[in-house]
Amino acid sequence: MQPVLKVQALNKSFKTRAGLFKRQKTQVLKSVSFAVTPGQTLAVIGETGSGKSTLAKVLAGAEEVDSGQILLNGNMIVDDGIKNRECRHIRLIFQDPTRSLNPGLTIGEMLDDCLRFNTKLTEQQRESKIELTLSRVGLLSEHYDYYPHMFSGGQLQRVALARALILDPKVVVLDEALSSLDPSVRAQIVNLLLKLQKETALSYILITHHLSLVKHMSDKLLVLDKGEVVEYGASAAIFGNPKSKVTQKLLSV
Amino acid sequence: MAKFSLYSEESNRSPLSRLWRNFKANHLALVGLWMFIGLTLLAMTAPLLAPYGIDQQHSDALLLPPSWHDEGDVHFILGTDDLGRDVLSRLMNGATYTFGLSIIAALMTTVIGVVLGTLAGINRGFKSSILNHLLDITLAIPSLLLAIIIIAILGPGLLNTVWAIILALLPQHIHSVRNLVVEELNKDYVGAYRLDGANRAHILFRGIFPNIYEHIVVIFTLALSTAILDIAALGFLKLGAQPPTTEWGAMLAENLGLIYIAPWTVGLPGALLFLSVLATNLVGDGLRNALQARKAT
Repeated sequence: MQPVLKVQALNKSFKTRAGLFKRQKTQVLKSVSFAVTPGQTLAVIGETGSGKSTLAKVLAGAEEVDSGQILLNGNMIVDDGIKNRECRHIRLIFQDPTRSLNPGLTIGEMLDDCLRFNTKLTEQQRESKIELTLSRVGLLSEHYDYYPHMFSGGQLQRVALARALILDPKVVVLDEALSSLDPSVRAQIVNLLLKLQKETALSYILITHHLSLVKHMSDKLLVLDKGEVVEYGASAAIFGNPKSKVTQKLLSV
Repeated sequence: MAKFSLYSEESNRSPLSRLWRNFKANHLALVGLWMFIGLTLLAMTAPLLAPYGIDQQHSDALLLPPSWHDEGDVHFILGTDDLGRDVLSRLMNGATYTFGLSIIAALMTTVIGVVLGTLAGINRGFKSSILNHLLDITLAIPSLLLAIIIIAILGPGLLNTVWAIILALLPQHIHSVRNLVVEELNKDYVGAYRLDGANRAHILFRGIFPNIYEHIVVIFTLALSTAILDIAALGFLKLGAQPPTTEWGAMLAENLGLIYIAPWTVGLPGALLFLSVLATNLVGDGLRNALQARKAT
């Protein structure tokens, strides 16, 4: 199957201050490549500081890369740091929904803004779209007028999901999005995600520490270590027979 | 985190109505707010409400004590001064100068401060620094002293006082607003909003301002209490409003010689000054506490 998302040789480095005048260059992503087909879930695991979150930000368009390409449905959207406006097809869900939602806007206003900035829908179309999206993630249309502070953590993650889904993305990046939830709510959200994947052939990029979650959700697995791809392949194969030391260490915990 | 928060009341949901609820719970602040509203209305309508004109002299009623006194006259509720002018009318008109002009000065400071502070906040590096520290040199001088310097150049007068006060208050204002904007810009939701496709203006007007305008009001009340005190102080020093302008500080200075024979002509303007500063500070304080309480939940 044609991959929906193809990432080729991504490189990314940060400059950090290492002295009064010295600048140190730390490479956080070293020629990372992978591909995801529609309806597939790619899990990215690795130690802290292995570049997982940077990868998520780069994919969502929040950070620029130094070199490398990101292709969506065969179209180049990022080419050596030059971004195309098509980034909205890859949506990012943040780790902490209480901080990633504007406390001064209602849920409806926020979703409406998303649509206004990215589509040419009329007001009525936008309204019905918002209602549809809210019901897709298991919220009510009354939640349109709610402010973020009125939701619990799990509900907020649903709102964040609605915000990601409202633009009909092809790929959703979950950057530790499920870690802050308690187990029962996490199970609810995971089931919701899987249901949505079945319905619309969404692709997920799951960035997490939870190995059980990776086992449950992912089709493919990518192991990052210090910005390098250590292992990449079908989840079951890697779980069954981890080749590199890093993977063995990660999976043994 | 509580799993269930029930919101049975339809009416108290927005951040603003939550703020109002917290504010309402603080009775002192509420009293301050009523006093504040009363003074504002008085400042706007004083010439219409006052029983006599400010310069109207009653030669048969010099230095009358307030009406509850044995020698008082009910026609002059708060008595008269040494020229036979009704103290009540003069005090009412004084609200326009002392309180009304302070509000205008504080408002102008806020508007300029918000514009410059926001520009400093959303820009980076050198440009931000220039905007941020544009007026910092005035921070080296106390606001009253700066006002005196400006008046020394421009000459005494009420309007010059206002300019001086605005200039003196601006730097702190710019810094506060800039800090607020930078703080908000670093929050996650701004990044998320940018990923939604929001441009700079969207981030500013939909993302940042709805979350900081209450703080700006708090800064405004701080500026206002300083402005009231400065206008009155400069009036008292005969550098600001000149007699027969009924500015409260100028009235205090004018009647200072009468303090033993007619204490009401000095005490009443002083009491009003005290009340207006108290009301402003109560409102500001209540607002700040309410904001903190809202953030804590």
